[in-house]
Amino acid sequence: MKNKTPLLKRMRENRLFWPLVAMALILIIDSIFAPGFFKIGILEGHLYGNLIDVFNNSAPLMLVALGMTLVIATGGVDLSVGAVIAISAGMGAVLINPVFGNQEITNKVAADPNLTNTPLWLVVVVTMVAGILCGLWNGMLVSRAKISPMVATLILMVAGRGIAQLIERGQIMTVYYTPFFWFGNGFILGLPVSTYIVAVMFLLAWVLVRKTSIGLFIESVGINAKSTYYSGISEKNIKLFAYIFCGFCGAIAGLILGSNIKAIDANNIGLNYELDAIFAVVIGGTLMSGGRFSLLASVVGALIIWTFTITMYTFGVPANALLAGRAVLVLVVILLYSDYARLLMNKIFERKGSQHGEAN
Amino acid sequence: MVDNQNILSMTGITKSFPGVIALEDVDFSLRKGEVHALVGENGAGKSTLIKVLTGVEHPDTGLIELDGKLIQVRSPQHSQELGISTVYQEVNLCTNITIAGNIMLGHEPHRFGSIDYKKLNAFAEQSLKRLSIEIDVTQPLGNCSVAIQQMVAIARSLEITNAKILILDEPTSSLDANETNELFGVMRKLKSEGMGIVFITHFLDQVYEVADRITVLRNGKLVGTYATATLSRLELITKMIGRTLVEFDDLTKLKRESSQHIGGEALLQAEGVGRSGSIQPFDLELHAGEVVGLAGLLGSGRTEIAQLLFGIDKPDSGSITIEATPVKNHSPLSSIERGVALCPEDRKNEGIVAELTVRENIILAMQANLGWFKYLSLQKQYEIADKYIKLLNISTPSADQPVKNLSGGNQQKVILARWLATNPRLLILDEPTRGIDVGTKAEIQKMVLSLAEEGKSILFISSELEEVLRTSHRVVVLRDHKKVAEYSGNAEKHIDIKTIIQTIAGV
Repeated sequence: MKNKTPLLKRMRENRLFWPLVAMALILIIDSIFAPGFFKIGILEGHLYGNLIDVFNNSAPLMLVALGMTLVIATGGVDLSVGAVIAISAGMGAVLINPVFGNQEITNKVAADPNLTNTPLWLVVVVTMVAGILCGLWNGMLVSRAKISPMVATLILMVAGRGIAQLIERGQIMTVYYTPFFWFGNGFILGLPVSTYIVAVMFLLAWVLVRKTSIGLFIESVGINAKSTYYSGISEKNIKLFAYIFCGFCGAIAGLILGSNIKAIDANNIGLNYELDAIFAVVIGGTLMSGGRFSLLASVVGALIIWTFTITMYTFGVPANALLAGRAVLVLVVILLYSDYARLLMNKIFERKGSQHGEAN
Repeated sequence: MVDNQNILSMTGITKSFPGVIALEDVDFSLRKGEVHALVGENGAGKSTLIKVLTGVEHPDTGLIELDGKLIQVRSPQHSQELGISTVYQEVNLCTNITIAGNIMLGHEPHRFGSIDYKKLNAFAEQSLKRLSIEIDVTQPLGNCSVAIQQMVAIARSLEITNAKILILDEPTSSLDANETNELFGVMRKLKSEGMGIVFITHFLDQVYEVADRITVLRNGKLVGTYATATLSRLELITKMIGRTLVEFDDLTKLKRESSQHIGGEALLQAEGVGRSGSIQPFDLELHAGEVVGLAGLLGSGRTEIAQLLFGIDKPDSGSITIEATPVKNHSPLSSIERGVALCPEDRKNEGIVAELTVRENIILAMQANLGWFKYLSLQKQYEIADKYIKLLNISTPSADQPVKNLSGGNQQKVILARWLATNPRLLILDEPTRGIDVGTKAEIQKMVLSLAEEGKSILFISSELEEVLRTSHRVVVLRDHKKVAEYSGNAEKHIDIKTIIQTIAGV
């Protein structure tokens, strides 16, 4: 009885269906118009090529999308992730600077690639803590002070880059310590380190929400916060958790981005990441009003954004026209998800489906 | 006075959704100047039939004739253009703008490019006068009673269309007796003007009071259309639920038996518990195995008591003791830990989580009690869900169905299941049978008594006095946010309904 729904319909109802279709479309266009797109070569013992670039470049966005998925699923939004990236990356860059703790920090001293006073593990931990504190701040404003999520996170979005500048003493902080570059540029078994970090974080997030009751509670809060509260669930703590996790993801994204760029500009690092992350989550089919979510679909959403971007680069689209291109992508996806398009699809597919049914 | 000419006839209407046939070969006709009641249990197909008529859904097969002409209703707007007007159960109006503004919304008369308020108010007054209502149309709608809001909704639907057919979907469910009478007055007036009215309700008294004909649906099929005068109430109920009613006798028997098991020690004791602005300090004692009814008008403080006892609101005076332990933390979660459960009054906003499945809805409170990290395995979840689906006779294709797809009665059962799964000692039921069909109502009442027999204490709140009396061993009466009396009955001496009505009225 359960298999009575036609396969095609069941596929269409799956959360991953449309993201995968979009991805396939982009890849098909690539395979026709940019034959070299899929070429993967080996250079100095690790893989390189467009697809590897996609993975390496999209890692920070995938991380941020994970956190954003949970926040959006509770019915909120976190506009501050870009600023959180700047704060945590700035924090890392300052800590790793060899003159930290000795004298006034400046950029000019000590370009020694092996010199630092702070052990790398401590840098990573402090970065994470910074992200968690940012999330805590957002979460407290939303869940305890009951400020609407957009306004609450807007505060840190604006203030965060200022904080990052204070941390960096208003300079673009260059990192010389080579072990730090590993997160954003290193390779393990031929694949970028960042890909492994994403995999670990994805697994962590997945276990955290699907192997505990947190995922169910998040969805429940997003659908109907009042009923959820009446059922004995602390809607406040669930929201707090989502924002903290989002901050944590932002911190790790900041670590990878900082390590990749090697010079942290508080005004530009992670710029517009909050918007891209929201977009990735929307591509993944999670409603902005909250409720059901899929981590995997959001990750695919982030991949789509970067596959598209790299594709544009391959076609030689100038960087300043890129945003226009992305706008078109946004438009197409949003239209695909609209009620109108869905109705149209149902009509097209069901007509075929019913003919098929009669033939049986 | 009924004119035999049909203004509307629907024949052979069939509509199926994935997995269910909502309507199967249903005929329905409406004459000029008649009130036609559409009755049936939840899920019988009333709503779907109305949706087909108003263009929300399109029938798979079947014909709709309006004034002898074949029509196809494309959309709700189109149905309005055709002269079919609908007033829904929940009033969809803007409470922050004036009555006149609501009636004329989107059709405001203009003068020099801006709205001509003089004209607007005059029009609005006129259209309300048609319903024999005289009221200051410049006050915000939010200041008016629900009844007036309903009238405004009707006036609006008559104003914006040249309506020939008026559909009233459960218009009386939030009205009190006087307000209902007012509405009936309006219905009779419109009827005499030749309007055809489709009246959907769960209250059979009202069907007999106002309807000329009755159409009964059951499980998506037409049972029949009858003249009200020729169909006795018992026959009607039998046709609606497809079996005869013996449950009520069972109920009396059950109640008599269960009253022997009432515990002597108080399970919950409230002393001087109150909260300013919502309920004046009251004393209340609840025992194991006992059903205590709360009677009183809407807004008399019934729900407030339920919310205080369950910890949604904190009392600002008095003390609550459960099994001799004073209650300190007031929150739903700590109540669940103490074995207290609440089925809230507002099922849609406080009860179900619409997009979650039946299984997830059922385990929600239990899981809340277990906490974040003791997640029930899927297998265990299905076991629990299936157990209660069977126990409460919840009709759903599977435990994986989103609960929003279920009928109101079944949604209510899912909420009940959610709380039974937490194995409560005290179960507070706030209007558990509102908007639920007769058959399910009887089922729920019966369940309340058998739960009491198992030793649970139950606080039963309902607007239907008869229901309160039928199920309760003891009745507490509220008036104007104050507990005014308490009556208990036993097997020999039943609680007298007249006494209670008088107490409620304060005579």
